[in-house]
Amino acid sequence: MADVALRNIRKSFGGAQVIHGVNLEIRDGEFVVFVGPSGCGKSTLLRLIAGLEDITSGDLYIDGDRVNDLAPAKRRIAMVFQSYALYPHMNVYENMAFGLELAKASKAEIDQRVREAARLLQIDELLDRKPKQLSGGQRQRVAIGRAIVRDPKVFLFDEPLSNLDAALRVQTRIEIAKLHSDTRATMIYVTHDQVEAMTLADRIVVLNKGRIEQVGTPLELYHRPANLFVAGFIGSPQMNFIQCEVAGAGPDGVLVRLPHGGTLAVPVQADGLRPGEPVTLGVRPDHVHVREGGILRGRIELVEQLGENHLLYVNADGLRLTSREPGDSRHRTGGEVGLDFSGESCHVFRPSGEALSALTSAAGSTGTARSRIA
Amino acid sequence: MTEAAATGTPSAYASIRGGSSALTRTRVRAAWTFIAPTLIVLALVAGWPLARTIWFSLTDADLNNLGDYTFIGFENYLANYDGEWFGLLTDPDWWLSVWNTVWFALVSVSIETVLGTIVALILNAAFPGRGVMRAIILIPWAIPTVVSAKMWNWMLHDQFGVINDMLLRLGLIAAPITWTANPVTALWTVVMVDVWKTTPFMALLILAALQMLPQDIYEAAKVDGVHPVRVFFRVTLPLIKPALLVAVIFRTLDALRVFDLIYVLTANSRDTMSMSVFARQQLVDFQEVGLGSAASTLIFLIIALLVVITMAAGRVRLGGDSR
Repeated sequence: MADVALRNIRKSFGGAQVIHGVNLEIRDGEFVVFVGPSGCGKSTLLRLIAGLEDITSGDLYIDGDRVNDLAPAKRRIAMVFQSYALYPHMNVYENMAFGLELAKASKAEIDQRVREAARLLQIDELLDRKPKQLSGGQRQRVAIGRAIVRDPKVFLFDEPLSNLDAALRVQTRIEIAKLHSDTRATMIYVTHDQVEAMTLADRIVVLNKGRIEQVGTPLELYHRPANLFVAGFIGSPQMNFIQCEVAGAGPDGVLVRLPHGGTLAVPVQADGLRPGEPVTLGVRPDHVHVREGGILRGRIELVEQLGENHLLYVNADGLRLTSREPGDSRHRTGGEVGLDFSGESCHVFRPSGEALSALTSAAGSTGTARSRIA
Repeated sequence: MTEAAATGTPSAYASIRGGSSALTRTRVRAAWTFIAPTLIVLALVAGWPLARTIWFSLTDADLNNLGDYTFIGFENYLANYDGEWFGLLTDPDWWLSVWNTVWFALVSVSIETVLGTIVALILNAAFPGRGVMRAIILIPWAIPTVVSAKMWNWMLHDQFGVINDMLLRLGLIAAPITWTANPVTALWTVVMVDVWKTTPFMALLILAALQMLPQDIYEAAKVDGVHPVRVFFRVTLPLIKPALLVAVIFRTLDALRVFDLIYVLTANSRDTMSMSVFARQQLVDFQEVGLGSAASTLIFLIIALLVVITMAAGRVRLGGDSR
């Protein structure tokens, strides 16, 4: 168990820089999830920490030691791969023991560690099987078991659930969370699935194009996204974005003029915004409610019934909004509805994409401190 | 819809077992139609010559007059006149050629397998110019055997050869060596040229197997800190073993019927004579079609036997692997 520190880490492949100066402190025992769209550099960052790729510049510390020049094996890390990476010709026991055999561990000690890990993961019945005789979920458990027996300082997971079906993914997710609470090991986990990120992480690192967009607890990211990218990436369905204009700014917040007339007062710090400046208004589908005489009126393009809730996709004179309401919908595609949302539930983003801070008295959020932009 | 499909399955099974439904008969007829041309061609170009060779081996046919021969049974193989045994099976030259061939096949294929694996491992590594290297390494394999054998003949020439010249200049030998004529060096020389020529083939087959291997397990081994040599023997080698075995069988079959290389390098020298060279000598030089055919038939039987043994051994080992 150890803390991990990334100081101005950069990575270039040939002439192309893919990681642009990442700074991050991961505390001992913390579960940190790297999340982002494909190609954002999250897997590369993990491979840099693992030592499978060389760091172009910057410093990487594990447990206080600079490990840039250490081979992967010397970093005391264990990695679980998306494709499991099991040795196909070895049985489960041999797969888990193979990495230990040269760590000067005695046969008895290896045996004890393998069986203990197998018991923990409930694969002790499968020790004689070959990987191809196992289901995807069992294979992934063997891969996790292989990581556990090494007793690493840091666990690295590279999209470990992507090859599993939906039900197994949820189950394995819970097992990984349990593993973390049992071992309190430092874990770094890469995924493109924001549900995995939200459910597993102590802190989430949102990456985009090789840069950190925001670091924070799952709820911080959800309620106080630092910028347009994080606002759009976290939360499903995606946050609604409305191009607006500043009508007025004062100590009570910003008055925003909506594209089809009408204004809305949003309690955020105006921070030098001037009337007439373009801004983006963001509001989550859960905060857009169906109400006759609301701010907007539009035609329903699609209704998705999900059982516990339903989604309405509404087109208000070219402005597309999504609304999520609990229960079944009585609306039909093609019908007209009024939509309403409150200024308290809205986010305002500058043209640069940066979010305006909420006024401290703002309602409609958990009121957590705004996380820093790295 | 589902009902029809459900009832359709048992009846389909029944028709396969009974083999009597119209659909099954049509399928069987179609299958034979597609196979027939191949079978006919094979019978003409492989079956007929083989049958004719076996037939001639039971006669006293002569190359001068192939139409005039008599059936003599197994006398070409083994015959007893006045208490003395004659025939191929008692001919020391024949058994020498068998031994030469088997020795040649074992030694050359062993060396080619080891060298081919090393070359394949090198070509499998990422380095600039790898594509060009892969093409270059194939050149010896691409040159016709007769051409490369002639080329080596000149390089190995006892008076004008570049190899003797180099070794003399380096002071490694005191006098030129007659590489292909000296009984001590002749067979080794043949092996050396064969290794030069066919290592690329082995390397290519093994390279193909190496490239099929998943890369992630190597990264896992790296994270686990497994030494590369250990990774090769514990991970790479077991995983490419099936392909390696196929390559070895291919090459062994090829080596057992070696002819052109030995014939061009050493002509009819007894020291290097392979089974094929022996058969040709009997058949063409001595014009004894009967005896030559008997030798050819024995080559066929010996190779067939070795293939069956190799395949059986291979299957046992492969079966043990996938247990």
